[in-house]
Amino acid sequence: MTAFLQNCFAGLSLGSTYALVALGFVVIFKSTGVINFAQGGLLALGAYLGYTFSNNLAVAFGVAVLLCCASAALVGATFERIVLRRMVGQPPFAVIMITIGLLFILEPMITAIWGFDQKQITNPWNIRTVEAGGLVFGVRDLWTIGLTAAVVAAFFVFFRYSSLGLAMRVTAFDPEAALAQGISARRVYATSWAIAAALAALAGILMAAGPGGLTPSIGFIALAAFPAMILGGMDSPAGAVLGGLVIGLAEALTRGYQDELFSWAGSNVSVIVPYLLMIVILLIRPYGLLGTKEVRRV
Amino acid sequence: MGAHRNVTRGYADELRLFGTPLARTGLAALVVVFLVLPTVVQNDFWLSVLIYVGITAIGAIGLNLLTGYCGQISLGHAFFIGAGAYAAARVGGEIGLPLPLWLLAAAAIGAALGGLIGPFTLRLRGHYLAIVTLGLVFIGEHLWRNLTDLTGGNSGTPVTAGASIGPIDFNSLNLFGESYSRNQGWFWLVWGLVALVALLAKNLVRTRPGRALQAVRDRDQAAEVIGVRAGQYKIGAFMLSSAIAAMAGALFGSYQQFVSPDEWNLLLSIQYIAIVIVGGLGTIFGAVLGAIFVGALPALIDRYSEAIPGVQTSVGGEGFISVFALNQALFGLLIVLFLVFEPRGLAGIWLRIKAYFKAWPFSY
Repeated sequence: MTAFLQNCFAGLSLGSTYALVALGFVVIFKSTGVINFAQGGLLALGAYLGYTFSNNLAVAFGVAVLLCCASAALVGATFERIVLRRMVGQPPFAVIMITIGLLFILEPMITAIWGFDQKQITNPWNIRTVEAGGLVFGVRDLWTIGLTAAVVAAFFVFFRYSSLGLAMRVTAFDPEAALAQGISARRVYATSWAIAAALAALAGILMAAGPGGLTPSIGFIALAAFPAMILGGMDSPAGAVLGGLVIGLAEALTRGYQDELFSWAGSNVSVIVPYLLMIVILLIRPYGLLGTKEVRRV
Repeated sequence: MGAHRNVTRGYADELRLFGTPLARTGLAALVVVFLVLPTVVQNDFWLSVLIYVGITAIGAIGLNLLTGYCGQISLGHAFFIGAGAYAAARVGGEIGLPLPLWLLAAAAIGAALGGLIGPFTLRLRGHYLAIVTLGLVFIGEHLWRNLTDLTGGNSGTPVTAGASIGPIDFNSLNLFGESYSRNQGWFWLVWGLVALVALLAKNLVRTRPGRALQAVRDRDQAAEVIGVRAGQYKIGAFMLSSAIAAMAGALFGSYQQFVSPDEWNLLLSIQYIAIVIVGGLGTIFGAVLGAIFVGALPALIDRYSEAIPGVQTSVGGEGFISVFALNQALFGLLIVLFLVFEPRGLAGIWLRIKAYFKAWPFSY
C-alpha cells in the first residue's frame, strides 16, 4: 500500500508538469485553433533561462522562476507576431508544420548556447524530503503540485473574471463576432501565446529542479503532454489539467510496477504509456473526457 | 495540317504525361543522365549520396501521396520506413528471397501496418492525426528496441538482403564484359525504382483515384457529397504511402547493410516532411526535387563540416553547434521559410519559370 501511495505521489508530481504544458496547448488551441508543437522548445528555453538567471546571475530562485516565465512569454508572443500571424487562414497542416519547424529551430539553438551536458539549477529544494505517515515526500514534488494548483486556480479566475479572459473566451467561441464587438484579436492571440509559453517555462524549470537535472532532452516532456491534452479534450482547460494528472499517474504507476507487472512488454514501458492511453481514449471518446463533441455540418 | 504542338483539345491532351516535344526531350535527357552518370562520377562518396537521395525520393513520393494529395498529416513516416528495413532484414536476409520478392514483402508489410493505422484517419482529422502518428513514432521505437528476435534490439541487426533481379546482381554488376562497383549498380537500381514509383504515382494521381484523393484533401464532406468514398480513399492513401515508405526503408536497410532503432526517430519523419514541403506539396516531381535538395544536405554538411564556421567536427571539438544540431535547425528553418514565403515549394518556382517562358513576351 505504501509503495502504491508513493507511486501515486510521484505520478501527481509528474502529472502536474504535464497539466501545465497541456494547459498551454489548450489555451493556444482554443483561441487560435493551432496546435503548438513548439511548446517543448519553449519549455526547454524557459528551463535554460531559469538556469542562467539562477546560477550565472545568482538571482534568488523565486525571482529566477518569475523572470524565466516572463522571458519565455515574450519569446512566445514574438513567435506569434513574427511567424504565426502570417499564417492566419492557412490550412491546419501548414500551421502545424510551422510550429514543428520552430521546435526544430529552437532545440539546436538551445544546445548551441548551453551545450549538451547535464546541469543542476541552484534551487532551495534539492533532494530534501519530509516524511508523513510512512510516506516520503520530496519537497520539490510538493512545491510542483502546490505551484501547479495555484497557477491553475489563478488561470481559471483570470479566464472567468478578467476582461481579457472574457475577450479570449469570446474569440475562441466566435472570432468574427468578437471582432465585431471591438475585441482585438491580435491582443488575444499574443496573450494566449504568452500565457502558454509562461506555463511551459514554469513546467520546465520545475522539471529541471528535479532529480533528472537539466538536459536538452527536457523538451520531450512536452510531447508526452499531447496525450494529456487529447485525453482531457482539446478545447477544455479543465480537461487538460485532468488529462495531465491521469497521464502522470498512469506513467508513474507503470514505472513503479514495471518489474512485477509489465516486464513482458519490454523495458521502459512507462515512456509509451501516455500514447497507448491516448489511442484507447481516441477509439472510445475521440473528443476527450471533457471536450465538446465536434459537430460537422454539410 | 495538324494542330500546333501546344494546343490541347480536351482533357486527354491535358493529362498526357509527355505530351509536348519539350517534355519528351527533357525525359530523354534524364534517361541519358541516368545511364551515363555512374560511369562519369565514380567517386564512392558522391554515388552513395545520390543513392541515399534516390531512396529518400521514393519515401517522399509516398508521403506526398498521403500529405500532398490526400491532405492527411503523418508524423509517423519513420515508423513505416523502419518496418520496411526490418522486413528486408528478415525476408531478404534470413529467408534469402530475391530482390523483387523482398521489396514486395516489405511493401505488403508496410501496407498492412498502414491499414492498422487507417481506421484512425476515419475518425480523426488534422491535428488529431498529427498527434496519433507522433505517438506511432514513439511506440514504434519501443517495439524496435524490445522485439529483439525481429530487430536485434538496441544493438541493431545486419541486413544481408541480396540485390539481384534474375541474372543481374546489382551488388557486383557485370554487363557486356564490363564490371561495375556496388555503388554504380545500386545507383541504377535505386534510380530505376524511383522512376518506376514516380510513374506509378503519377498515373495514380491523374486518374479517378487521384482526383478522388484531391477532392478529399480539399474538402472531405464535399467529396462525399459528390460520391467519393472519403473513408476508403483515406485508408487507401495511408496504406499506399506506408507501402512505399516500407519499400524505401527496405532499400535503405539493404544498401546500408546494417540498421539500428536509433535511425527511426522523429527527426527522420520531420526530414521527410521538410522534403515534401520544400519540394512542393501535391507534386510527384516536387518530391524528387525536394529529396535532392534536402536529402543530400546531411551528407554534404557532414563532409564539409570543417569548412562551415562554428560547426563541431568532433564531439567536444571547437565550434558551438554539432553537425546533428545544424541539420535539425536547417530542416526547421527550411520548413518555416518555405511555408511562409513559397508554400508551393521548388516545384512551384519551377512552374512559375516555365509559365513565364511559355507566355513570353506577355507577363501573365
